Formats: sequence, C-alpha cells, structure tokens
Amino acid sequence: MPGFDDVPGLLEVKEGHGETTAVVETTRLPEAGFYLRDELGFNFLSDLTVTDYLGWGEKGVAGYWGHPSGRDLNHPGSWGLSRVPDPKPKRFSVSYHLLAIRRGAPRLRVQAWVDDGEPVPSVVEVWPTADWHEREQYDLMGIVFDGHPNLVRIIMDDDWEGHPLRKDYPIGGEPVRFSGEE
Amino acid sequence: MAVASRRTSAIDPAVLRAPEIYPGSHIPDPIPTILLVEPRLRESEDILQVNFGPNHPSTHGVLRLVVDLNGETVVGLRAIIGYLHTGFEKNMEQKTWWKAITYPERIDYVAFQNNELVFVLAIEQLLDMEIPPKAAWMRTLLCELNRIHSHLIWLATSALELGAIALFWYGFRERERILDLFELVGGTRMHTRYFQTGGLAEDIPPGFFPECRAFTERMPSSIDEYETLLTRNEIWLQRTVGIGKLSAQDAVAMGQSGPVLRASGVDWDLRRDEPYLTYGDIDFDVPVYTGGDVYHRYRVHMDEMRQSVRIVDQCLDRLEGMEGEPWITDDRRVVLPPRDELHTSMESLIHHFKIVTEGYRVPEGEIYATVESPRGELGCYVVSDGGPKPWRVKFRTPSFVALEATATCMTDALVADFIAIVGSLDTVMGEADR
Repeated sequence: MPGFDDVPGLLEVKEGHGETTAVVETTRLPEAGFYLRDELGFNFLSDLTVTDYLGWGEKGVAGYWGHPSGRDLNHPGSWGLSRVPDPKPKRFSVSYHLLAIRRGAPRLRVQAWVDDGEPVPSVVEVWPTADWHEREQYDLMGIVFDGHPNLVRIIMDDDWEGHPLRKDYPIGGEPVRFSGEE
Repeated sequence: MAVASRRTSAIDPAVLRAPEIYPGSHIPDPIPTILLVEPRLRESEDILQVNFGPNHPSTHGVLRLVVDLNGETVVGLRAIIGYLHTGFEKNMEQKTWWKAITYPERIDYVAFQNNELVFVLAIEQLLDMEIPPKAAWMRTLLCELNRIHSHLIWLATSALELGAIALFWYGFRERERILDLFELVGGTRMHTRYFQTGGLAEDIPPGFFPECRAFTERMPSSIDEYETLLTRNEIWLQRTVGIGKLSAQDAVAMGQSGPVLRASGVDWDLRRDEPYLTYGDIDFDVPVYTGGDVYHRYRVHMDEMRQSVRIVDQCLDRLEGMEGEPWITDDRRVVLPPRDELHTSMESLIHHFKIVTEGYRVPEGEIYATVESPRGELGCYVVSDGGPKPWRVKFRTPSFVALEATATCMTDALVADFIAIVGSLDTVMGEADR
C-alpha cells in the first residue's frame, strides 16, 4: 500500500499472513495516528492490544510430527517445530488494529514496543474509542497510557493488585478475600 | 454542532447514506465515555444520582450505569462494567489450540457460532489452511441461523423492556426452532463446538436439510408478524423514534459497528466488504437506515433477519448437492485420523493420541481475524510462538465498544428512554467483560 513512507516515526513495514504491520516509534504514536486517520483514511480503530512477550522462546520445542501419510520418521521436528521464535525488541508490544471505512476495507496494524514501566502516549484524541481499550489494557497488562483522561481500572476491582494478563501473573493465584481460617 | 471536532474525521462519501451530524449527538469532552455534569448545573440544580444496575433485568447481564438526573433528564452518565469478567483470554493461553475453541463460544453466549468461527478462522489463517467447500457453506449457514437467533433474543428482550410482552413469547418461539436445529447438528442446543480447525467436527446429519428448509419457509411470515406488532405501532414509535441519536461521524469515531453503525447511515458490513467463508458467492443486501436512533436500529435488525433467511436458503441450495463430500480437510497435521483407522493402524492411533494430548502446533505469527457477528465487528487477535498453545488471544468485542457509546447517545435523554437506548445497542455483558 502506498503512502506509508511518510508516516511520522515509521521504523519498519512488515507483511505477514496477508496483513500489513507498521512499526512506529512509541513517542510519536499520536502524530502517526493523526496522519493515518486524516491523510490515509484509517478512521476506525478496531482494536488495541498489548501483548506480553516475557519468556518468549524460552520453552524448548521438540517432538515428531505427522504428515498426511502418518508420522515422518526422517524429519523429526520438521515443519519448523524446533525453531526458536524470533526474538522481540522489547517486552510488550502495543498493537493498534486500524480499518479504513471505504470500499476495499484496507486494514493496518500499527505496532509499538515498550518495556515494563515505559509509558505509551494515548491516542484518545485521535480515535475516541481508544478510551476503554486503553483502560482495559492498563488494567490487565499494566501499561500506562500517557495523556489518557481517565486511566483507571475497568474490568477488575479498583483495589485489585497486579495485572492479570501479564505472563508473570499466576493462573489461579488470586488472593481469597474471606477464608474460614481468619 | 456544525464543526467536526478534532476527534472525528470525515467519512468516505461512497459508504455514507446520512448527514454526518445530527443535533443531539456529540462525543463528551474531555472523557469520551463519561458524561460529566456541567459545573453550572451541579451548583444550581438538584442533581440526583441513581445507580442503574448492576442487577437490573434490562441491562442484559450485569451492567452498572451511574446516572445523574436533573428532574427526568440525564445530565451525567458513567458506565461501569467488569462484573462478568471471567478471564477467558488468560485461560485460553493455558489450553491447547484445540481445547481453546470451546472458550470463545462462551464469551458471547448469544452469538456463539460467530465467536467460535472467528477464533477458528484465526487459527486457519496462521496455518494457511483451506477448508473444503462443504464446511465453508455449512459454517455460513450456521452463522446466519445464529444471527437470526441473536436478533430474535435482542428483539424479544428489548421489546419486553418497552412493554411489548407479546414479542417475548413470539421471539422465543422461533428461537426454540433454531436451537432445535443446532441440537440436530451439534448435539447441544447452545455452544455446539461444531466448527473444528480445518472444517466441521462431524458430517451434517441426515434430516437437517428438510428441517432447516421448513424453518426458512416459516420464518419470513414470523418476521411479518413481529413487524405487524411493532413497526407502525404508535406506542413503539413514540418510545423509539428520535431517541438515542448517534451520528455517522460519532459512530465511526467511537468504533461502533454492526447494526448500530448501519442505523446511523454508514453502509458497512464486513460480510460484503471483506468477505470471508462463502459470503462472496451469496446474493444479499445490506440494510442501511439513516435515522441513527433506536427505531432505525430496530429496523436494521428486522431487515437483517430477512436477509439472513435468504442467505440460509442459498446455503441450503448449495449444500443439498454436496452429499458425500468431505466436511473437514485431510491435513493430518491438525485433523484427527478417522475413527475407523484407529482399529487397524497403530500409527493412526499414536497420531490421534498425540493430537489430543499434546495438541497441534501453529506456526509462529500474529493475526487479526474479523467476522461480522450479529453485534458488529468481532475481531480476534492471536499470537503464536509456534507451540501447541496460543501465546496471546484478544477479542475485540462489539458489546464492549457499544457500551462506550452510551454517554454519546444519552446526552439529554429522558430517564424513560434510557432502557430503550441501552437495549438498542444490543450488548451482551459476557462479551463486554470477557
């Protein structure tokens, strides 16, 4: 798709599985957002997702795998299984899934990378729908969105400790509020 | 109101059917999802703060709305969600791809087939997998039946809340017939888990086609019946026309999709504009209305049910000629060996065991799959590290986004219109909270 070269703060444009991903500098996200919305017509923010890559690729992968004819003994771990996934630049990725509401329905993923504790500038001014999306990701992932007008928890209780969707948050590890022993 | 704020942007005229701005719709400032009481009002008038919900029958789940009332007028509003949060996304990271398919259905328990579909589509896109035509047509058919099911529940409950109790019985009567069809296909009435990676879990059972045909023959007259009761009913019109207005620009800026967006005059439907499954080969219309109010959302729902019946009929025409064709791909990387092979082939038995216990592996990558669920754009963002479990699953759920718009379309509404507006946004709280 033409026109991505001029996106402010653009670092890289990737293609994969029929999707385009534009990696931008975290600090210039709102600027890039205004450009994408007003110049390229991406006026619809579908989704905003933070992904935690803590421990990415640390788990070894092994084993045989099957083929239409059965198990292939000559190529253990064929089909890219023993391959360690590509390392990620930082711990968290913030992905904005954009859609242009016009014929052809072009979609674009804008991605920025941050480490724990690094703030991400809010895009509420660009796409007001980002309000709850950013609150949700702050709540579940602990990413702080700078400039958000009302950054409080939305899904969990206001006094909840921790951010449940982080990889270091244990499953089933929530504290029990009332137990018989107290 | 004439000047578009910095927060909204122009919409391509090719998809726009309505004036972009109506009086009475604007995104609150500075917080787009909270309507704050003006300081002038707070000082001079008696503002009454009322908690609507979380346990209230017309919240379609457990939604809490904190409303500031000046007399009967809504002057402040804050939506509070999260009461139904069950951690689906976290749980799915702990399950193999195969087992995680059961989760999305329970996120939106009214539009379960569509939720299941979006996750299965995401896996298939990561695997670069083609599914047999029979499976694609059957999935389309079931998703459309599910759309009728979801719209019927919406119609039945929303009309009930506005006093039209007859609609509740009529709506649930037809809904039962759809659930019977699901039971015939998948064995359970809801949450059938009938979509499998690569196709369908089982072949279409004998007797399904005549039953389904009987349903599609009956359904248009049932919709006529509902419309006779409501479309020109004076009470219904007074309760819905001009209520809860949302302009096209605001709807796009607030990320609205589905019937809400189409009732605001944006001609947008992912089934037509970004076809998946077999929607590209199907002849159907996208209903668009321009009022942006509760009444036009109702009209969009009714017209969509008619279109869905048309789609189901076309799917049946195709499927009836596909007797004996495969319903699932024979790519043994992800598909279980057929049952009869297990009795004769040791390799197949091991292979079966490995897929069930270990799960299959999905290549490294990320994907954002979308479908047009009955409520709007349902998206599923999946990240895989090449292992047997998803690394990250995130659902973009239309109900969550629709609830963001409550403050936008309730400015200056009356407290009596409140329930009509919340109902018209067609939210399912399980989906909003996940």
